[in-house]
Amino acid sequence: MADKQRVMIVGGGLAGLSAAMRMAELGLDVDLISLTPVKRSHSVCAQGGINSVNQLTRQQGDSEWLHFDDTVYGGAFLQHQPPVKEMADWAPRIIDLMDRLGVPFNRTPEGFRDQRRFGGTLFKRTAFAGATTGQQLLYALDDQVRRWSVAGKVSLHETWDYLGPVLDDAGTCRGIVAQDLVTMEIRAFPADAVVIASGGCGLIYGRSTMSMVCTGSAASRTFQAGAKYANAEFIQVHPTAIPGADKLRLMSESARGEGGRVWVPRTPQDKRRPIDIPEDERYYFLEECYPEYGNLVPRDIATREIFNVCTNEGLSVEQDRLCVYLDLTHLPREMLDAKLGGILEIYEKFQGVDPRSVPMKIFPAVHYSMGGLWVDYEKSASGGLVVGSPRNQQTSIPNLYAIGECDYQYHGANRLGANSLLSCIFSGLVVAPGIVNLLKGAKQAAADETQLMAAAQARYQDDHDRLLRRPAGGANPYLLHQQLGNVMTKAATVVRSNDALDEAYGQVCQLNEQARRCSLSDTGNWTNQNVVFTKSLRDMFPIAKAILLGARARDECRGAHFKPEFAMPGLEATDPAEHRREAEAWCDRFEQNTAKWLKTTIATLDGDDEVKLSYEEVDTSLIPPRPRLYGLVGAEVIDEVWKTRQQSKSADGRDGADGRASAAPKTAAAH
Amino acid sequence: MSEPHTNGHAGERTFEVRILRQDSPRTASYWERHRVRYEPDMNVTSVLQRIAAQGETIDGDPVAPVAYESNCLEEVCGSCTMIINGRVRQACSALVDKLLADRPHEIELQPMSKFPVVRDLFVDRRRLFRALEKVHAWLPVDGYYDLGPGPQRSQEDQQRAYPLSECMSCGCCLDACPQYAHVEVERKAGETDEQFRARQNAIFDVNFVGAHAISQAVYYNAHPTGKLNAGERVDALMEAGGVQVCGNAQNCVAVCPKEIPLTTSIARAGRQATKRIFTQWFDQ
Ligand SMILES: Cc1cc2nc3c(=O)[nH]c(=O)nc-3n(C[C@H](O)[C@H](O)[C@H](O)COP(=O)(O)OP(=O)(O)OC[C@H]3O[C@@H](n4cnc5c(N)ncnc54)[C@H](O)[C@@H]3O)c2cc1C
Ligand code: SF4
Ligand code: SF4
Ligand code: FES
Repeated sequence: MADKQRVMIVGGGLAGLSAAMRMAELGLDVDLISLTPVKRSHSVCAQGGINSVNQLTRQQGDSEWLHFDDTVYGGAFLQHQPPVKEMADWAPRIIDLMDRLGVPFNRTPEGFRDQRRFGGTLFKRTAFAGATTGQQLLYALDDQVRRWSVAGKVSLHETWDYLGPVLDDAGTCRGIVAQDLVTMEIRAFPADAVVIASGGCGLIYGRSTMSMVCTGSAASRTFQAGAKYANAEFIQVHPTAIPGADKLRLMSESARGEGGRVWVPRTPQDKRRPIDIPEDERYYFLEECYPEYGNLVPRDIATREIFNVCTNEGLSVEQDRLCVYLDLTHLPREMLDAKLGGILEIYEKFQGVDPRSVPMKIFPAVHYSMGGLWVDYEKSASGGLVVGSPRNQQTSIPNLYAIGECDYQYHGANRLGANSLLSCIFSGLVVAPGIVNLLKGAKQAAADETQLMAAAQARYQDDHDRLLRRPAGGANPYLLHQQLGNVMTKAATVVRSNDALDEAYGQVCQLNEQARRCSLSDTGNWTNQNVVFTKSLRDMFPIAKAILLGARARDECRGAHFKPEFAMPGLEATDPAEHRREAEAWCDRFEQNTAKWLKTTIATLDGDDEVKLSYEEVDTSLIPPRPRLYGLVGAEVIDEVWKTRQQSKSADGRDGADGRASAAPKTAAAH
Repeated sequence: MSEPHTNGHAGERTFEVRILRQDSPRTASYWERHRVRYEPDMNVTSVLQRIAAQGETIDGDPVAPVAYESNCLEEVCGSCTMIINGRVRQACSALVDKLLADRPHEIELQPMSKFPVVRDLFVDRRRLFRALEKVHAWLPVDGYYDLGPGPQRSQEDQQRAYPLSECMSCGCCLDACPQYAHVEVERKAGETDEQFRARQNAIFDVNFVGAHAISQAVYYNAHPTGKLNAGERVDALMEAGGVQVCGNAQNCVAVCPKEIPLTTSIARAGRQATKRIFTQWFDQ
């Protein structure tokens, strides 16, 4: 029977390819489907790099534990800690592996891998390959999978769309149904385990920094089949992207690091060329509001202020498109070329304007989805994962797994730069041995379930045929997508309020109704991209609703989720005793809030499209949650009060030991 | 930069897009005209998005959206390659302002010429990926267990390798190459997927592999681990359809969007082939 067993992987980005390659090595037969040829997956877009501790940082005081700590601190403690700890432990070995696979990482003069510094850490922890790290990692994995494909262990089905899982009567996943994007053939693929590796869902926001296939369709179809979807409301917005008619392209933070200034004309939509606007008619809002940090305020603050100046103050540079100036024109050209050459060329290539002589137009953009399909894990005695456990990365549907950006596991409420490429490869590598063990216990190969497959296939075929027969005169799916994007961008990105979220939810429900009746402009059955797009549009709604409802319910500020109404401002009193009392009160409130909201949001679908929320405890057994105080007035005093409280708690011993005291061994079990 | 925002016409500014469409592989192609409203910062991808949303031609006839591939929209995935105003390139990095400055009021789109058309601007580039299989474009590592870091490499070495590793398999170099012929294999009745794929691969394998694959072989041959089995790749480059087919026309290097030094790679591959013939001859 084992010879009939197969695993199906949906998606060939970093996560899907690393899983495929590792499974093939472990002897499994793998099918992999992808909307695009896998080499063209979204992972190619990542530029910055991938994090791990290395020999050098270790001697500067860094450790796997600190990488783990930075990740959960940056994520506002919303992630279960065992998988994150395991990931940080594996990171150095993952970089070694990618190095062996030929990734052309930048080198030091002595020939070792070079590392750079990224946000959220003090160490130079980020390995990189030029300005195309994601592309290089993906190509190395793609080449390995090609090797396995030639050897017959991996079958690639490129340009296929996953339509949904096939579940048996017991609710166990036995395969998938997919559609060939060229011939439009709908086919059931039996599989003894299925792994969803379909990436992010930025297209729900219309335009984002993500690629065209990041619609979240595969995650949504899995969600609609009954899988739990977690922390949907946590969507990362990057402060500086280049607004394009088709996409919002990332503009690196280093432009501000090198002296770039952000401003808008004081006269709304001033028609003059920016250079002709005199200094006193420019509003350098970051410098005015944050004299200390100026243009280099933390990412989330920069994002919020840019958003605010355009939406609430109406000072966007352009009338029908939100943007502000990011100005480098006052800086010497030679310096710009030497330090920012690469990123300025991107701007020039896509905007056709030289940012050395004309201020860039930028705006925050949706960048990453921390939430995703809920997945399980098995905790080891040392606080990491039991490697080889079939529970690792398993969704709430038996035998159905999720890895990469489409799972919710690693980044909590906010992702640190250069940690995603790591979590993608890690989850791909770790899922493989678990599935090997899962299949050892299997009784019947899915390939024998011919009736089940035929029935599932017929169901999807029927849905497809009905879509093609839709009468003309309904809404246009492309316009509906734009409208959905506008609603979501307005209500569920940078600054959120309950009124706006309620309104948006109503609008999204209406758009959903229209999408059910929208008309196709192509009713043929050959490479019909119109029907494929319409299906993915339809499937954006359940996740859009989960995002809105999750955000509506969460009355607090955590990581990327910011509701001013529930913000915890800094201290005001000047009198020392009063100041101290305020700090105590602040800490009380922080503890209450932690007790109430340090919980995973779980969305499930009830019936057709009713999203239901519930909450789940987060495993913070290794590092106790602590406040993020960066930039807060009174931070030192709050910190002092907080530390005193922690000390008295650990002295009592009631609350378990402080995380660091129980620091786990340096390396996890061999994998 | 020209001044695209100022335009003689009063009112709404538009431009025309001529597209060579084809409904399926075995039907005839035809030209279709669309009118698109000008917006700042447009590229050809956004033009195609607008055309899909409009759903009708310049004459008001309802039409299906134009089929094409796209993903990254940043010129790193290679999906959206097509012929724009006569030149093979990526739609996402083809800016409307620049195109209109060169040829006012009109943009012309055609599918790539060397690959079978699937539909409209969507072509089947499977042959390009098959070539990577043929030349063994990978490192045959022992496995994925933890065996420590990869070999130490000099900065110079990395800097030489890196540009070659940026090849995004877009196929521009193939479309422009006079030696790269259009190959279209039709499926026979009753053939299974596997049978068809095997027959197709056999045909691909005797036709020119192309500059991209030669460059990838050279890339891996230069890697300290890849050197260990460089012979296999050189052998593949010496078979029918190998590096000897290249006529050194240098079109490839002129159109590569990533400015990959393809002719340098081809010259290196040629030298590796010559050397291999000599060593094999002496070994006999
Ligand atoms: C501009 C940008 C820069 C970034 N830079 C960094 C960085 O420097 N460091 C970092 O750590 N992270 C970075 N990230 C994040 C990181 O790139 C992504 O999170 C990561 O690449 C996701 O990989 P993945 O394997 O999960 O999915 P993807 O690479 O998105 O792949 C998804 C796969 O699923 C397939 N798929 C999707 N839907 C379906 C369907 N319905 N049917 C069949 N197949 C389907 C797709 O075809 C594709 O093969 C960046 C992100 C962006 C947008
Ligand atoms: S140099 Fe060779 S590969 Fe390049 S275009 Fe000319 S013939 Fe083709
Ligand atoms: S070598 Fe250049 S033109 Fe050829 S496929 Fe690669 S990136 Fe494209
Ligand atoms: S869409 Fe990726 S290269 Fe154009």
